[in-house]
Amino acid sequence: MSTTALETKVALDQALNLDTAPRKQSSVEVTDYNNRQTVGKITVDNPKMVCRGVNVYYGEKRAIKNVGLDIGANEVIAFIGPSGCGKSTFLRCLNRMNDTIPICRVTGQIQLDADDIYDKDVDVVQLRARVGMVFQKPNPFPKSIYENVAYGPRIHGMVNNKAELDDLVRESLERAGLIKEVEKRMNEPGTSLSGGQQQRLCIARAIAVNPEVILMDEPCSALDPIATAKIEELIDELRENYTIIIVTHSMQQAARVSQRTAYFHLGDLIEVGDTDQIFTNPRHKLTEDYITGRFG
Amino acid sequence: MAISQDAHTVKQFDVQLANLRNLVLEMGGLVEEQIKRAIQALDDEDITAAREVISRDQIINGLQVKADEDCVSIIALRQPLGSDLRLIMSLSKIVTDLERIGDEAEKIARMTVKIYEGIGSPPSAKLLRDVVPMAKLAQDMLHGCLDALARLDVEKAVEVAQGDDELDQEFQSALRRLITYMMEDPRTIGHAINVIFIVKALERIGDHSKNIAEYIIYLVKGKDVRHVSMDVLVQDALKEE
Repeated sequence: MSTTALETKVALDQALNLDTAPRKQSSVEVTDYNNRQTVGKITVDNPKMVCRGVNVYYGEKRAIKNVGLDIGANEVIAFIGPSGCGKSTFLRCLNRMNDTIPICRVTGQIQLDADDIYDKDVDVVQLRARVGMVFQKPNPFPKSIYENVAYGPRIHGMVNNKAELDDLVRESLERAGLIKEVEKRMNEPGTSLSGGQQQRLCIARAIAVNPEVILMDEPCSALDPIATAKIEELIDELRENYTIIIVTHSMQQAARVSQRTAYFHLGDLIEVGDTDQIFTNPRHKLTEDYITGRFG
Repeated sequence: MAISQDAHTVKQFDVQLANLRNLVLEMGGLVEEQIKRAIQALDDEDITAAREVISRDQIINGLQVKADEDCVSIIALRQPLGSDLRLIMSLSKIVTDLERIGDEAEKIARMTVKIYEGIGSPPSAKLLRDVVPMAKLAQDMLHGCLDALARLDVEKAVEVAQGDDELDQEFQSALRRLITYMMEDPRTIGHAINVIFIVKALERIGDHSKNIAEYIIYLVKGKDVRHVSMDVLVQDALKEE
């Protein structure tokens, strides 16, 4: 039986990646395998994270294909694309959330401040404290509002006494724009809050451990327009201190909150550019077809 | 990225966009007809025909309002992006310029009425000698940009934009000649001033047509070529991505 073209291509890619993207490579450059190239500039002047030749496999299936992308410091970058295009998969690579999926395998290189996050010496718990995550559905712990925020700083040993912890909890809730709504009910369960408040509680929980990067996987898809507007306002404020990567299905949201936008399609990073340019004058036909609703 | 010709997932969106484009082209056709009839009325010394041109301007005004309403409705319902967004913005601006061209045609008709309504002697042929050739240039420009809009033809749009210089030069020479006549024979001043208004209107039609050509370049190429030199315009419009 002859191998199919696809199998050959995958095998070739694997071979190429293993050869050209060793884990400990310090200086990275743009690579272009199989004549497939991302449209637009993938590099930025002050990168917080640098990804090169990233492939993700779920078993035999290749979900992310040779993605190279810089995430700039203090920028909000939006990942858009149709369902199954790999944008969430790629996002989850950035704090190694994919480690929890047994059949998932990541190759290529992802650096945070020039350190390889897939290096075997990296403490994944520490990594996730630096690269926090907010999920699609608000998922507060089944604990009080206070404990939801206090949990992270406590296990990371960030505070010395109760007074410091109290201050940190208050400050985090304040930055998440939630303090006024919860200061009188700190001991009530986190789950007693409304959906939008729960999501802001999760953001407060994420920023309590003082991360450098926040990953947001469709943070507003379960929220009403007003709660969505509050989160968007919050994202804009958080940008001063954090680098934010947001996956969203709402193109209007991507256009509103981000400075750069990346368009994924079937595991390929098709186009990346300034948000204004992507939504008014995209260069790639697939991007154009997706944002104008001509897809499929 | 140029305009995608594929259908939208929401078919009603395609229908709305097609309807809007047809409405703008229909308006363009009417405006063309208005100029043609205004010039014809002037040539024929026909006051009745000129008055008809004046009253028909209301139809064009109505189409402008309708087209703008449709643009607002599409923005509100569909939140267009990419080439769809450029199409809506361009059409909305094109409509404004078309309406102004309609106003210029009306202005020519008003001058015609003014010139031939009175009991005095009509202007001599030499006073009016520049009108027909200038009208031909202006009509060609307008026709060219409507053609470019219908076919999304950037090369045609560039051609129209380049044509504006010739019309401007014709206007300057016409002005010089009219001034000479007035100096030679002050009795021609009354008619000459009316003719100046007419050639000025024709010159403005060229300017509006050039604007429309620029919007078409923006629509197709995503490059804003207003207020740039002709070299930059040509370069941006014809550059392959």
